[in-house]
Amino acid sequence: MVKKSGKEERKALRAEKKQIRLLKKRGNRMTKTRRKTQVVSSLYIAPSFLGVMAFFILPFFVIIYYSMVDNPISGNFVGLYNFNRLLNNLSFKTAVSNTLGFSVVSVPLAVILSLLLALLLDAKIPFKSQFRTFFLSPMMVPVASIVLIWRVMFDFNGAINEVLMAFGGSKIDWLKSGYSQIVIVILFLWKNLGYNMILFMAALGSIPRDIIEVAKLESASPWQIFIHIKTRYLSSTFLFVTIMSLISSFKVFREIYLLTGDHPYDTIYMMQHLMNNAFASLDYQRLSAAAILMSLVMIVIIGILFLVEDRFGKDVEG
Amino acid sequence: MSGKRPKKDAIDRKYTKGRIRGKHLWKTTKILAATLLAAVFAFLFLMPIVLTITNSFMGSAEISANYGSVFASSDSGGRVFVSEKVNLKFIPDMVSFSQYATVLLRSPQYLLKFWNSVILVGPIVLFQLIVASLASYGFARYRGRLREIIFFVYIILMLMPYQVTLVPNYLVSDWLNLLDTKWAIWLPGIFSPFAVFLLTKFMRRIPVSTIEAAQIDGAGEWQIYRRICLPLCRGTLCSAAILVFIDYWNMVEQPLILLSDSETHPLSVFLSRINEGEIGLAFAVATIYMVPTLLVFLYGEEYLVDGITSQGGLKG
Repeated sequence: MVKKSGKEERKALRAEKKQIRLLKKRGNRMTKTRRKTQVVSSLYIAPSFLGVMAFFILPFFVIIYYSMVDNPISGNFVGLYNFNRLLNNLSFKTAVSNTLGFSVVSVPLAVILSLLLALLLDAKIPFKSQFRTFFLSPMMVPVASIVLIWRVMFDFNGAINEVLMAFGGSKIDWLKSGYSQIVIVILFLWKNLGYNMILFMAALGSIPRDIIEVAKLESASPWQIFIHIKTRYLSSTFLFVTIMSLISSFKVFREIYLLTGDHPYDTIYMMQHLMNNAFASLDYQRLSAAAILMSLVMIVIIGILFLVEDRFGKDVEG
Repeated sequence: MSGKRPKKDAIDRKYTKGRIRGKHLWKTTKILAATLLAAVFAFLFLMPIVLTITNSFMGSAEISANYGSVFASSDSGGRVFVSEKVNLKFIPDMVSFSQYATVLLRSPQYLLKFWNSVILVGPIVLFQLIVASLASYGFARYRGRLREIIFFVYIILMLMPYQVTLVPNYLVSDWLNLLDTKWAIWLPGIFSPFAVFLLTKFMRRIPVSTIEAAQIDGAGEWQIYRRICLPLCRGTLCSAAILVFIDYWNMVEQPLILLSDSETHPLSVFLSRINEGEIGLAFAVATIYMVPTLLVFLYGEEYLVDGITSQGGLKG
């Protein structure tokens, strides 16, 4: 009995080995065709990759070099001097604090308000698709086209001040005072809420209906359903909307420039203004140092947001 | 005993009926409130667009009468206070096409700037899609470690703001003597990784079996790309085209830095320089500049929505 089973065992083992050999052989054949697709398909990436290398990645290394020399021609190594100079520069400080201040205020507002819009459209209201179109339309319209109306409204002699006066208030110089930040936040929200709303709508639509049904049967209040179920499923969308809003918040320069030109009021002097001035004076050191600092900050922010998502987004995925 | 039961039932029914009606009423009010809120938002969102369009049908005299004080004070600077009142109007007193007539017949510089926009944006949209669809096929067809890293770099690049990416763009254009030419705008735009990201996400969802079936039928890589993958992602191509188009139609930062000659600037930058003397046609120019985007929106809203939706979630 024992011998026989041993023999059988050996036989099975041999069969297994043979199978493994066969599989390996087939595997080799597979890798050969795989190798071929690898090589051929990499040719498809080549144009894009070369372009990205030439216009983004390789010059970035040169920028790192520029940021550490006294000037591009003589090329004396100065270490972190350029960064130091930049960090102690008054207009850099202003630009950073304005840009950060703007993002800190506008990004959460953009996330919350767009979620509100998405929830509104998720409720059973009539004319849903029309409302969606209306909310999306600002995204399509070029800023330049709308700036005229913003000027008419927010100018010192503008329409909003007229209304204020009519109600007995006094005129506010919207674009040339501390209020200019409020104006810019409004313009930013106007332009970007629609985009975020679409992302939230898609996420709300992908929440499994049965979970919500069950919660309703268990007599959960709409608020509980929202907090305990919906926000869970929305977590990765929250992350994405936050990142995208952050990125568009750096683009708000467009609105500011088109509204106020080269010399905005101090509180809306942004990073891009600083960069434009550095470009105009061809200050490569400052440009490079600023670009590197900014990219580092971006990478840190994006990394943190990804980590946050890894931590909280797991329980609903898959 | 038997007489009591129906009575109790009736009370029950009456009670529940009342509650249901109450609940129904509550629900209707809620929906009404939500609709109202949505309507308020819709008004705020649409107002500037509608105002721009309706104001473009005002005669020049009416425009100056209504907004003269705004544009006078913001441009000549010296005047402290102009007593004229601003008159924001939805509907012009008299519909007139004089603004459009001036733009089209007497002030060719605006049409020229509009043409600059077209010439700058068109090739970017077309070639970015071509380059990106090729690259995304490569990214989707084979997934090795190196390729994942490259793709990740693309995502990071896509997320970088202009303040970062414009510096390398500027340097390369400078080295290649492309500054102040259209190529300085075109090339970085064409190789911008956004469309690659969008299309790769879609192509990776094409089932492997579809591609393998084609391979067994003797299709080469080019045929698989051209005859299977491209037709399958027609929708995503449209979405990407729309998103790229709006982004570049709206460009301000790139021309300001890469094109020093304001004659070559697109209308998106030039519009802001309209001054006192020209406000009579500004709204018409603004409306003309809006038209292509509104047309795209009208015909491609679903693609736009799909495009935004499929951006959601960076990984994958």
